[in-house]
Amino acid sequence: MEDISLKDIKRVIDTIYLTRGVDFSNYAFSSFKRRIKRFLEMNKIRDVNGFIEKIKDESEFADIFIKEVTVNVTEMFRDPSFWVVLRDKVIPSIKFDHSLKIWHAACSTGEEVYSMAILLKEAGLLNNAEITATDINKHVLKVATKGLYQIRNQEINSKNYEAFGGKGNLSDYYTLGDNTVQFDKQLVSNVDFLCHDLALDSSPGKFDLIICRNVLIYFNFDLQEKVLQTFVQSLSKDSYLGIGSKESINWCRSARAFEEVSFEEKIYRKTSDNL
Amino acid sequence: MDKEIKIIVIGGSAGSYNVIKKILLALPVGFPLPIVFCLHRLKEVRNGFVESLNINSKIIVREPDDKDLIKPGFAYLSPANYHLLVEPGRNFALSTEDNINYSRPSIDLTFDTAGYAFRQKMAGIILSGANSDGAKGLYSAFKNGAYTIVQDPDNASFKAMPMEALKLFKPHQTLSDDEIVSFINSLSSNNYV
Ligand SMILES: C[S@@+](CC[C@H](N)C(=O)[O-])C[C@H]1O[C@@H](n2cnc3c(N)ncnc32)[C@H](O)[C@@H]1O
Repeated sequence: MEDISLKDIKRVIDTIYLTRGVDFSNYAFSSFKRRIKRFLEMNKIRDVNGFIEKIKDESEFADIFIKEVTVNVTEMFRDPSFWVVLRDKVIPSIKFDHSLKIWHAACSTGEEVYSMAILLKEAGLLNNAEITATDINKHVLKVATKGLYQIRNQEINSKNYEAFGGKGNLSDYYTLGDNTVQFDKQLVSNVDFLCHDLALDSSPGKFDLIICRNVLIYFNFDLQEKVLQTFVQSLSKDSYLGIGSKESINWCRSARAFEEVSFEEKIYRKTSDNL
Repeated sequence: MDKEIKIIVIGGSAGSYNVIKKILLALPVGFPLPIVFCLHRLKEVRNGFVESLNINSKIIVREPDDKDLIKPGFAYLSPANYHLLVEPGRNFALSTEDNINYSRPSIDLTFDTAGYAFRQKMAGIILSGANSDGAKGLYSAFKNGAYTIVQDPDNASFKAMPMEALKLFKPHQTLSDDEIVSFINSLSSNNYV
Protein backbone atom coordinates (compact mmCIF):
# COMPACT_ATOMS: atom_id res chain seq x y z
CA MET A 1 0.00 0.00 0.00
CA GLU A 2 1.30 3.44 -0.92
CA ASP A 3 1.79 5.90 1.86
CA ILE A 4 -1.06 8.36 2.37
CA SER A 5 0.05 11.99 2.18
CA LEU A 6 -0.31 14.54 4.94
CA LYS A 7 -2.52 16.61 2.66
CA ASP A 8 -4.90 13.71 2.10
CA ILE A 9 -5.06 12.95 5.82
CA LYS A 10 -6.05 16.58 6.43
CA ARG A 11 -8.71 16.36 3.72
CA VAL A 12 -10.17 13.25 5.34
CA ILE A 13 -10.23 14.97 8.74
CA ASP A 14 -11.87 18.12 7.32
CA THR A 15 -14.49 16.15 5.42
CA ILE A 16 -15.46 14.08 8.45
CA TYR A 17 -15.71 17.21 10.58
CA LEU A 18 -17.88 19.08 8.06
CA THR A 19 -20.21 16.22 7.23
CA ARG A 20 -20.39 14.23 10.50
CA GLY A 21 -19.31 16.73 13.17
CA VAL A 22 -16.57 14.47 14.54
CA ASP A 23 -13.25 16.19 15.08
CA PHE A 24 -10.15 14.04 14.54
CA SER A 25 -7.82 17.01 14.07
CA ASN A 26 -6.19 16.55 17.47
CA TYR A 27 -5.66 12.81 17.35
CA ALA A 28 -2.10 11.50 17.62
CA PHE A 29 -0.68 11.53 14.11
CA SER A 30 1.01 8.14 13.69
CA SER A 31 -1.73 5.93 15.04
CA PHE A 32 -4.44 7.88 13.23
CA LYS A 33 -2.58 7.62 9.94
CA ARG A 34 -2.07 3.92 10.52
CA ARG A 35 -5.80 3.46 11.12
CA ILE A 36 -6.72 5.27 7.89
CA LYS A 37 -4.28 3.10 5.95
CA ARG A 38 -5.70 0.00 7.59
CA PHE A 39 -9.24 1.05 6.63
CA LEU A 40 -8.26 1.67 3.02
CA GLU A 41 -6.43 -1.66 2.84
CA MET A 42 -9.26 -3.64 4.42
CA ASN A 43 -11.74 -2.16 2.01
CA LYS A 44 -9.36 -2.45 -0.95
CA ILE A 45 -9.62 1.27 -1.69
CA ARG A 46 -6.76 2.58 -3.82
CA ASP A 47 -8.16 5.89 -4.95
CA VAL A 48 -8.01 8.39 -2.08
CA ASN A 49 -9.98 11.06 -3.96
CA GLY A 50 -12.81 8.63 -4.58
CA PHE A 51 -12.68 7.67 -0.91
CA ILE A 52 -13.03 11.28 0.20
CA GLU A 53 -15.95 11.81 -2.20
CA LYS A 54 -17.59 8.74 -0.72
CA ILE A 55 -17.34 9.88 2.91
CA LYS A 56 -18.73 13.24 1.76
CA ASP A 57 -21.72 11.72 -0.03
CA GLU A 58 -22.58 8.63 1.99
CA SER A 59 -23.18 9.27 5.66
CA GLU A 60 -23.47 5.57 6.42
CA PHE A 61 -20.07 4.90 4.91
CA ALA A 62 -18.61 7.84 6.81
CA ASP A 63 -19.98 6.41 10.05
CA ILE A 64 -18.43 3.03 9.36
CA PHE A 65 -15.14 4.82 8.78
CA ILE A 66 -15.47 6.73 12.07
CA LYS A 67 -16.15 3.50 13.90
CA GLU A 68 -13.24 1.66 12.28
CA VAL A 69 -10.69 4.43 12.55
CA THR A 70 -10.91 4.55 16.35
CA VAL A 71 -9.38 1.69 18.34
CA ASN A 72 -11.87 -0.25 20.45
CA VAL A 73 -9.69 -3.05 21.77
CA THR A 74 -10.29 -3.70 25.45
CA GLU A 75 -10.37 -6.51 27.99
CA MET A 76 -11.74 -7.13 31.48
CA PHE A 77 -9.44 -6.32 34.42
CA ARG A 78 -6.65 -5.29 32.04
CA ASP A 79 -3.54 -4.78 34.22
CA PRO A 80 -4.99 -6.67 37.21
CA SER A 81 -2.76 -4.76 39.65
CA PHE A 82 -4.60 -1.55 38.71
CA TRP A 83 -7.89 -3.08 39.83
CA VAL A 84 -6.29 -4.38 43.03
CA VAL A 85 -5.24 -0.85 44.00
CA LEU A 86 -8.73 0.44 43.17
CA ARG A 87 -10.33 -2.24 45.33
CA ASP A 88 -7.93 -2.13 48.28
CA LYS A 89 -6.91 1.51 48.47
CA VAL A 90 -8.85 3.92 46.32
CA ILE A 91 -12.48 2.90 46.70
CA PRO A 92 -12.33 2.34 50.49
CA SER A 93 -11.02 5.89 50.92
CA ILE A 94 -13.80 7.58 48.99
CA LYS A 95 -16.28 9.27 51.31
CA PHE A 96 -19.39 9.49 49.22
CA ASP A 97 -22.70 11.10 50.15
CA HIS A 98 -25.66 9.20 48.73
CA SER A 99 -23.97 7.21 46.08
CA LEU A 100 -20.54 6.45 44.73
CA LYS A 101 -20.36 8.18 41.37
CA ILE A 102 -18.09 6.73 38.73
CA TRP A 103 -17.44 7.82 35.14
CA HIS A 104 -15.97 5.41 32.64
CA ALA A 105 -14.82 7.82 29.96
CA ALA A 106 -14.51 6.16 26.53
CA CYS A 107 -15.63 2.75 27.80
CA SER A 108 -15.59 1.03 24.40
CA THR A 109 -17.48 -2.29 24.48
CA GLY A 110 -17.83 -2.07 28.26
CA GLU A 111 -15.44 -4.71 29.57
CA GLU A 112 -14.08 -2.27 32.13
CA VAL A 113 -17.58 -1.32 33.20
CA TYR A 114 -18.39 -4.95 33.92
CA SER A 115 -15.04 -5.31 35.69
CA MET A 116 -15.94 -2.37 37.92
CA ALA A 117 -19.42 -3.74 38.59
CA ILE A 118 -17.97 -7.10 39.61
CA LEU A 119 -15.39 -5.41 41.84
CA LEU A 120 -18.14 -3.35 43.51
CA LYS A 121 -20.45 -6.31 43.87
CA GLU A 122 -17.74 -8.33 45.62
CA ALA A 123 -17.11 -5.36 47.90
CA GLY A 124 -20.83 -5.10 48.67
CA LEU A 125 -21.03 -1.64 47.10
CA LEU A 126 -22.77 -2.23 43.80
CA ASN A 127 -26.14 -0.98 45.04
CA ASN A 128 -24.52 2.23 46.26
CA ALA A 129 -22.93 2.98 42.93
CA GLU A 130 -24.09 5.18 40.10
CA ILE A 131 -22.01 4.60 37.00
CA THR A 132 -21.90 6.71 33.86
CA ALA A 133 -20.22 4.98 30.93
CA THR A 134 -19.60 7.00 27.80
CA ASP A 135 -18.05 6.60 24.38
CA ILE A 136 -18.13 8.46 21.09
CA ASN A 137 -19.08 5.30 19.24
CA LYS A 138 -22.76 4.23 19.37
CA HIS A 139 -21.93 0.77 18.11
CA VAL A 140 -19.61 -0.13 21.00
CA LEU A 141 -22.14 1.29 23.47
CA LYS A 142 -24.75 -1.10 22.08
CA VAL A 143 -22.42 -4.02 22.71
CA ALA A 144 -21.72 -2.71 26.22
CA THR A 145 -25.43 -2.37 27.02
CA LYS A 146 -26.10 -5.92 25.87
CA GLY A 147 -23.16 -7.46 27.74
CA LEU A 148 -22.82 -10.13 25.06
CA TYR A 149 -19.21 -11.03 24.27
CA GLN A 150 -17.25 -13.49 22.17
CA ILE A 151 -16.34 -16.63 24.03
CA ARG A 152 -12.78 -16.50 22.69
CA ASN A 153 -12.11 -13.33 24.69
CA GLN A 154 -12.98 -15.00 27.98
CA GLU A 155 -9.67 -16.76 28.42
CA ILE A 156 -7.74 -13.52 28.89
CA ASN A 157 -10.61 -12.01 30.91
CA SER A 158 -10.64 -14.99 33.29
CA LYS A 159 -6.88 -14.93 33.62
CA ASN A 160 -7.00 -11.25 34.53
CA TYR A 161 -9.85 -11.79 37.00
CA GLU A 162 -7.85 -14.52 38.69
CA ALA A 163 -4.74 -12.33 38.89
CA PHE A 164 -6.95 -9.61 40.37
CA GLY A 165 -7.94 -12.07 43.08
CA GLY A 166 -11.67 -12.09 42.48
CA LYS A 167 -13.81 -13.92 45.00
CA GLY A 168 -15.17 -16.55 42.65
CA ASN A 169 -14.90 -17.50 39.01
CA LEU A 170 -15.58 -15.05 36.24
CA SER A 171 -18.03 -17.61 34.88
CA ASP A 172 -20.22 -16.95 37.94
CA TYR A 173 -21.17 -13.71 36.19
CA TYR A 174 -22.15 -14.97 32.77
CA THR A 175 -24.17 -17.65 31.03
CA LEU A 176 -22.73 -19.58 28.16
CA GLY A 177 -24.15 -19.31 24.64
CA ASP A 178 -22.96 -20.85 21.38
CA ASN A 179 -19.92 -18.73 20.70
CA THR A 180 -20.80 -16.05 23.16
CA VAL A 181 -21.20 -15.35 26.82
CA GLN A 182 -23.99 -13.23 28.26
CA PHE A 183 -22.99 -11.23 31.32
CA ASP A 184 -25.54 -10.78 34.09
CA LYS A 185 -27.59 -7.67 33.28
CA GLN A 186 -28.07 -6.98 36.99
CA LEU A 187 -24.43 -5.91 37.06
CA VAL A 188 -25.16 -2.88 34.92
CA SER A 189 -28.61 -1.95 36.18
CA ASN A 190 -27.07 1.16 37.79
CA VAL A 191 -25.12 2.10 34.67
CA ASP A 192 -26.07 4.86 32.26
CA PHE A 193 -24.53 4.26 28.85
CA LEU A 194 -24.27 7.57 26.99
CA CYS A 195 -22.84 8.84 23.74
CA HIS A 196 -20.27 11.49 24.64
CA ASP A 197 -17.43 13.04 22.66
CA LEU A 198 -14.40 13.90 24.80
CA ALA A 199 -13.11 16.26 22.11
CA LEU A 200 -16.24 18.42 21.87
CA ASP A 201 -18.76 17.78 24.66
CA SER A 202 -18.77 19.29 28.12
CA SER A 203 -18.60 17.42 31.41
CA PRO A 204 -21.44 14.93 31.99
CA GLY A 205 -21.54 15.55 35.77
CA LYS A 206 -19.61 15.37 39.05
CA PHE A 207 -17.86 12.16 40.04
CA ASP A 208 -15.87 10.50 42.82
CA LEU A 209 -13.84 8.44 40.39
CA ILE A 210 -13.06 8.73 36.69
CA ILE A 211 -11.56 5.84 34.75
CA CYS A 212 -10.13 6.76 31.37
CA ARG A 213 -7.58 4.22 30.26
CA ASN A 214 -5.84 3.88 26.93
CA VAL A 215 -7.79 6.71 25.40
CA LEU A 216 -5.43 9.66 25.89
CA ILE A 217 -2.76 7.77 23.92
CA TYR A 218 -4.81 8.37 20.78
CA PHE A 219 -4.88 12.14 21.35
CA ASN A 220 -2.20 14.78 20.80
CA PHE A 221 -0.93 17.12 23.55
CA ASP A 222 -3.64 19.75 22.97
CA LEU A 223 -6.52 17.33 23.18
CA GLN A 224 -5.01 15.55 26.18
CA GLU A 225 -4.86 18.89 27.98
CA LYS A 226 -8.44 19.70 27.07
CA VAL A 227 -9.72 16.32 28.23
CA LEU A 228 -7.80 16.60 31.49
CA GLN A 229 -9.44 19.99 32.09
CA THR A 230 -12.83 18.36 31.61
CA PHE A 231 -11.85 15.75 34.18
CA VAL A 232 -10.77 18.40 36.69
CA GLN A 233 -14.19 20.03 36.31
CA SER A 234 -15.94 16.69 36.68
CA LEU A 235 -14.22 15.64 39.91
CA SER A 236 -15.09 16.73 43.42
CA LYS A 237 -12.22 17.48 45.79
CA ASP A 238 -10.37 14.36 47.02
CA SER A 239 -11.77 12.25 44.24
CA TYR A 240 -9.76 10.08 41.86
CA LEU A 241 -8.62 9.67 38.29
CA GLY A 242 -7.18 6.45 36.83
CA ILE A 243 -5.45 6.39 33.44
CA GLY A 244 -3.62 3.72 31.44
CA SER A 245 -0.46 2.16 32.84
CA LYS A 246 1.72 3.80 30.18
CA GLU A 247 -0.08 7.11 29.93
CA SER A 248 1.17 10.30 31.50
CA ILE A 249 -0.44 13.57 32.51
CA ASN A 250 2.70 15.00 34.07
CA TRP A 251 3.48 17.51 31.36
CA CYS A 252 -0.15 18.81 31.26
CA ARG A 253 -0.89 22.17 32.87
CA SER A 254 -3.98 20.76 34.55
CA ALA A 255 -1.90 18.03 36.19
CA ARG A 256 -1.31 20.62 38.93
CA ALA A 257 -4.78 19.88 40.24
CA PHE A 258 -3.69 16.35 41.10
CA GLU A 259 -1.37 14.44 43.36
CA GLU A 260 -0.10 10.97 42.62
CA VAL A 261 -1.66 8.13 44.57
CA SER A 262 -0.07 5.24 42.74
CA PHE A 263 2.85 5.84 40.41
CA GLU A 264 2.83 2.27 39.07
CA GLU A 265 -0.89 2.20 38.35
CA LYS A 266 -1.27 5.83 37.30
CA ILE A 267 -3.91 6.79 39.81
CA TYR A 268 -4.27 10.42 40.90
CA ARG A 269 -6.23 12.35 43.51
CA LYS A 270 -7.64 15.77 42.77
CA THR A 271 -6.40 18.16 45.44
CA SER A 272 -7.39 21.57 44.14
CA ASP A 273 -9.33 23.47 41.52
CA ASN A 274 -6.48 25.80 40.76
CA LEU A 275 -5.15 25.29 37.28
CA MET B 1 26.04 6.53 4.39
CA ASP B 2 24.68 9.73 5.80
CA LYS B 3 26.80 10.39 8.86
CA GLU B 4 23.99 12.22 10.52
CA ILE B 5 22.11 9.31 12.01
CA LYS B 6 19.88 10.62 14.83
CA ILE B 7 18.16 7.43 15.94
CA ILE B 8 18.81 3.70 15.94
CA VAL B 9 15.78 1.41 15.81
CA ILE B 10 16.21 -2.30 16.45
CA GLY B 11 13.61 -5.02 16.01
CA GLY B 12 14.06 -8.46 17.52
CA SER B 13 12.20 -11.57 18.55
CA ALA B 14 13.19 -15.13 19.47
CA GLY B 15 16.98 -15.41 19.75
CA SER B 16 17.66 -11.69 19.82
CA TYR B 17 18.08 -11.27 23.57
CA ASN B 18 21.78 -12.13 23.63
CA VAL B 19 22.55 -9.79 20.76
CA ILE B 20 20.78 -7.00 22.55
CA LYS B 21 22.70 -7.71 25.76
CA LYS B 22 25.91 -7.54 23.70
CA ILE B 23 24.94 -4.21 22.20
CA LEU B 24 24.07 -2.72 25.58
CA LEU B 25 27.23 -4.04 27.16
CA ALA B 26 29.34 -2.39 24.46
CA LEU B 27 27.77 1.05 24.50
CA PRO B 28 29.79 3.68 26.35
CA VAL B 29 28.44 6.10 28.91
CA GLY B 30 27.31 9.19 27.05
CA PHE B 31 26.47 7.33 23.86
CA PRO B 32 25.05 10.23 21.86
CA LEU B 33 22.05 8.64 20.11
CA PRO B 34 18.72 7.24 21.22
CA ILE B 35 18.27 3.51 20.62
CA VAL B 36 14.78 2.10 20.36
CA PHE B 37 14.27 -1.64 20.88
CA CYS B 38 11.00 -3.04 19.65
CA LEU B 39 11.00 -6.59 20.96
CA HIS B 40 8.36 -9.28 21.08
CA ARG B 41 7.62 -10.08 24.69
CA LEU B 42 5.03 -11.65 26.94
CA LYS B 43 1.86 -9.58 27.05
CA GLU B 44 0.93 -10.21 30.66
CA VAL B 45 4.38 -9.71 32.19
CA ARG B 46 4.85 -6.02 32.77
CA ASN B 47 7.87 -6.12 35.04
CA GLY B 48 11.34 -7.62 34.91
CA PHE B 49 12.39 -7.26 31.28
CA VAL B 50 13.63 -3.69 31.38
CA GLU B 51 15.36 -4.42 34.68
CA SER B 52 17.23 -7.34 33.13
CA LEU B 53 18.36 -5.21 30.20
CA ASN B 54 19.66 -2.56 32.57
CA ILE B 55 22.02 -5.02 34.21
CA ASN B 56 25.47 -4.46 32.67
CA SER B 57 24.24 -1.59 30.51
CA LYS B 58 26.01 1.73 30.96
CA ILE B 59 23.18 3.62 29.35
CA ILE B 60 19.76 3.67 30.93
CA VAL B 61 17.07 1.49 29.37
CA ARG B 62 13.52 2.73 29.82
CA GLU B 63 10.03 1.77 28.84
CA PRO B 64 8.63 5.01 27.54
CA ASP B 65 5.29 6.41 28.58
CA ASP B 66 3.00 7.73 25.91
CA LYS B 67 4.27 10.99 24.32
CA ASP B 68 7.68 10.83 26.04
CA LEU B 69 10.38 12.73 24.18
CA ILE B 70 13.02 10.61 22.49
CA LYS B 71 16.27 11.67 24.13
CA PRO B 72 19.82 10.95 23.03
CA GLY B 73 21.79 8.75 25.38
CA PHE B 74 18.86 6.55 26.36
CA ALA B 75 17.76 3.14 25.20
CA TYR B 76 14.04 2.52 25.01
CA LEU B 77 12.18 -0.77 25.21
CA SER B 78 8.70 -1.34 23.82
CA PRO B 79 6.35 -1.77 26.81
CA ALA B 80 4.39 -5.03 27.17
CA ASN B 81 1.04 -5.21 25.40
CA TYR B 82 1.34 -1.89 23.50
CA HIS B 83 2.44 -0.90 20.04
CA LEU B 84 5.28 1.60 20.11
CA LEU B 85 5.07 4.36 17.51
CA VAL B 86 7.31 7.31 16.75
CA GLU B 87 5.62 10.64 16.08
CA PRO B 88 6.90 13.20 13.56
CA GLY B 89 7.49 15.52 16.54
CA ARG B 90 10.08 12.92 17.56
CA ASN B 91 8.33 11.67 20.60
CA PHE B 92 6.80 8.27 21.26
CA ALA B 93 3.15 7.34 21.04
CA LEU B 94 1.51 4.12 22.16
CA SER B 95 -1.43 2.19 20.84
CA THR B 96 -3.51 -0.75 22.06
CA GLU B 97 -4.87 -1.72 18.67
CA ASP B 98 -5.09 -5.42 17.84
CA ASN B 99 -2.08 -7.51 17.01
CA ILE B 100 -0.59 -6.70 13.62
CA ASN B 101 0.86 -9.75 11.90
CA TYR B 102 0.23 -11.64 15.18
CA SER B 103 2.29 -9.18 17.21
CA ARG B 104 1.82 -6.44 19.76
CA PRO B 105 4.23 -4.69 19.83
CA SER B 106 4.43 -4.76 16.05
CA ILE B 107 8.01 -4.25 14.88
CA ASP B 108 6.63 -3.25 11.48
CA LEU B 109 4.78 -0.35 13.04
CA THR B 110 7.78 0.94 15.00
CA PHE B 111 10.07 0.78 11.95
CA ASP B 112 7.45 2.32 9.70
CA THR B 113 6.63 5.29 11.93
CA ALA B 114 10.26 5.93 12.92
CA GLY B 115 11.26 5.86 9.26
CA TYR B 116 8.56 8.37 8.43
CA ALA B 117 9.62 10.69 11.24
CA PHE B 118 13.41 10.43 10.84
CA ARG B 119 13.87 9.47 7.14
CA GLN B 120 17.60 9.24 6.26
CA LYS B 121 18.49 10.09 9.85
CA MET B 122 17.38 6.67 11.04
CA ALA B 123 19.37 3.45 11.13
CA GLY B 124 17.14 0.36 11.34
CA ILE B 125 18.38 -3.09 12.31
CA ILE B 126 16.45 -6.34 12.20
CA LEU B 127 17.68 -9.22 14.38
CA SER B 128 16.91 -12.87 14.96
CA GLY B 129 13.29 -13.99 15.14
CA ALA B 130 11.00 -16.88 14.30
CA ASN B 131 8.29 -14.96 12.47
CA SER B 132 7.88 -12.41 9.70
CA ASP B 133 7.30 -9.22 11.70
CA GLY B 134 9.58 -6.27 10.93
CA ALA B 135 10.42 -6.92 7.28
CA LYS B 136 7.69 -4.73 5.81
CA GLY B 137 8.33 -1.96 8.29
CA LEU B 138 12.06 -1.91 7.68
CA TYR B 139 11.43 -1.85 3.95
CA SER B 140 9.10 1.11 4.35
CA ALA B 141 11.79 2.92 6.40
CA PHE B 142 14.32 2.02 3.67
CA LYS B 143 12.07 3.64 1.06
CA ASN B 144 11.96 6.73 3.23
CA GLY B 145 15.75 6.89 3.17
CA ALA B 146 16.70 5.04 6.35
CA TYR B 147 19.98 3.16 6.57
CA THR B 148 19.09 -0.52 6.98
CA ILE B 149 20.90 -3.52 8.37
CA VAL B 150 19.77 -7.13 8.59
CA GLN B 151 21.44 -9.66 10.87
CA ASP B 152 23.05 -12.35 8.74
CA PRO B 153 20.62 -15.30 8.86
CA ASP B 154 23.56 -17.70 9.27
CA ASN B 155 24.56 -15.81 12.37
CA ALA B 156 21.03 -15.54 13.81
CA SER B 157 19.58 -18.09 16.24
CA PHE B 158 16.30 -17.89 14.33
CA LYS B 159 16.59 -17.07 10.65
CA ALA B 160 12.99 -16.36 9.69
CA MET B 161 12.86 -12.67 10.54
CA PRO B 162 16.12 -11.67 8.80
CA MET B 163 15.28 -13.92 5.83
CA GLU B 164 11.88 -12.32 5.42
CA ALA B 165 13.52 -8.89 5.20
CA LEU B 166 16.12 -10.11 2.71
CA LYS B 167 13.34 -11.54 0.56
CA LEU B 168 11.69 -8.15 0.39
CA PHE B 169 14.62 -5.84 -0.40
CA LYS B 170 18.39 -5.49 -0.37
CA PRO B 171 19.44 -3.70 2.83
CA HIS B 172 22.56 -1.56 3.01
CA GLN B 173 24.38 -4.22 4.99
CA THR B 174 23.95 -7.79 6.22
CA LEU B 175 26.05 -8.20 9.35
CA SER B 176 26.88 -10.63 12.14
CA ASP B 177 26.02 -9.74 15.72
CA ASP B 178 29.59 -8.57 16.46
CA GLU B 179 29.64 -6.44 13.34
CA ILE B 180 26.35 -4.90 14.35
CA VAL B 181 27.87 -3.95 17.70
CA SER B 182 30.84 -2.32 15.94
CA PHE B 183 28.55 -0.54 13.53
CA ILE B 184 26.54 0.99 16.36
CA ASN B 185 29.71 2.03 18.16
CA SER B 186 31.05 3.64 14.99
CA LEU B 187 27.95 5.83 14.82
CA SER B 188 28.85 7.26 18.16
CA SER B 189 32.21 8.65 17.03
CA ASN B 190 30.56 10.32 14.05
CA ASN B 191 28.09 12.03 16.25
CA TYR B 192 29.96 13.51 19.16
CA VAL B 193 29.46 17.25 19.05
C1 LIG C 1 -8.82 1.52 23.35
S1 LIG C 1 -10.43 1.97 23.78
C2 LIG C 1 -10.33 2.06 25.55
C3 LIG C 1 -10.69 0.77 26.18
C4 LIG C 1 -10.53 0.60 27.67
N1 LIG C 1 -10.61 1.83 28.42
C5 LIG C 1 -9.26 -0.17 27.98
O1 LIG C 1 -8.25 0.42 28.35
O2 LIG C 1 -9.26 -1.40 27.85
C6 LIG C 1 -10.58 3.65 23.25
C7 LIG C 1 -12.01 4.15 23.14
O3 LIG C 1 -12.00 5.57 22.98
C8 LIG C 1 -13.10 5.94 22.22
N2 LIG C 1 -12.92 7.30 21.71
C9 LIG C 1 -12.08 7.73 20.76
N3 LIG C 1 -12.21 9.05 20.57
C10 LIG C 1 -13.15 9.48 21.46
C11 LIG C 1 -13.73 10.75 21.75
N4 LIG C 1 -13.35 11.85 21.10
N5 LIG C 1 -14.65 10.83 22.72
C12 LIG C 1 -15.04 9.71 23.39
N6 LIG C 1 -14.54 8.48 23.15
C13 LIG C 1 -13.60 8.36 22.19
C14 LIG C 1 -13.15 4.87 21.14
O4 LIG C 1 -14.43 4.79 20.55
C15 LIG C 1 -12.75 3.61 21.93
O5 LIG C 1 -13.89 2.91 22.34
